[in-house]
Amino acid sequence: MITGYFNYWVVIILMMMGFYIVISDSNLIKKIIGLNIFQTSVFILFISMSKVKGGTAPILTAEADVYSNPLPHVLILTAIVVGVSTSALGLAIIARIHRAYGTVDETIIHEQDDLQDEG
Amino acid sequence: MDIETIINFSLLTLLALTVIVLIRMKSLLAIALSSGVYSFLSAGLFVAMDAVDVAFTEAAVGAGITTILLLGTIAITGREQTVSKHKRFLPIAVITITGAALIYGTLDMPLYGDANAPIHTHVAPHYLTQSSEEIGIPNVVTSVLASYRGYDTLGEVAVIFTAAVGVLLLLGKTAKRGVRKQ
Repeated sequence: MITGYFNYWVVIILMMMGFYIVISDSNLIKKIIGLNIFQTSVFILFISMSKVKGGTAPILTAEADVYSNPLPHVLILTAIVVGVSTSALGLAIIARIHRAYGTVDETIIHEQDDLQDEG
Repeated sequence: MDIETIINFSLLTLLALTVIVLIRMKSLLAIALSSGVYSFLSAGLFVAMDAVDVAFTEAAVGAGITTILLLGTIAITGREQTVSKHKRFLPIAVITITGAALIYGTLDMPLYGDANAPIHTHVAPHYLTQSSEEIGIPNVVTSVLASYRGYDTLGEVAVIFTAAVGVLLLLGKTAKRGVRKQ
């Protein structure tokens, strides 16, 4: 029972810790890192589902007859590259925010916005 | 417990420990490097779960390029994190409730490694038995990626192109206009 669900539960713990960083930390770079942790935990969830007990990597050979499921591997290959693209875009937006505000801290950015609204 | 299960358990535990350490860190440089460690550990876990193609993509693209991008951004923005007081109660309540709901959801899932799970009975047997005849490549992941689901890969290229255009527009020379006067 524990071995059957252990992967899923650790994935959910990792996912929630990434989510915690995204919603609780005010540093924008750390938020992007939290998002990456969340993403990678979803990858682990998909790959866990593709595993077949006693199977091997889905590369056809004469010696093996049980293979893990190749389809989630393909989906996650695409997802990894898309994840890096979104991180790159997010980090570019952060660099742009830093150019305009001089900080990457959300609280200070909001304070500056409030000051400008009043002035 | 066989050796595969032990490797699986210890890698997952190391992943969780890495993230706990990462949450408590204050130096952005150390945070970026531990996120690289996290990516490499997950690449190791992918090898243990038979996903070799995913593992080397994660190690090269996830751990390599993402860490470089993070370090580049930190070089621009400065490495120290400004410490600010935050309410911790609401985020912890949100993740506890969401996590509990998700764990409740996993109880309906097939057990890890179950060969009769629905995911293994749909198109996967066709890929595994027919692809050597239909496509002629021993690596089934490559056959699916480049042929059966080639349009996915085309969509991926479109995403990378859009992201590259976005980054260039944000950081290029023309973006210099509109800098706020302090």
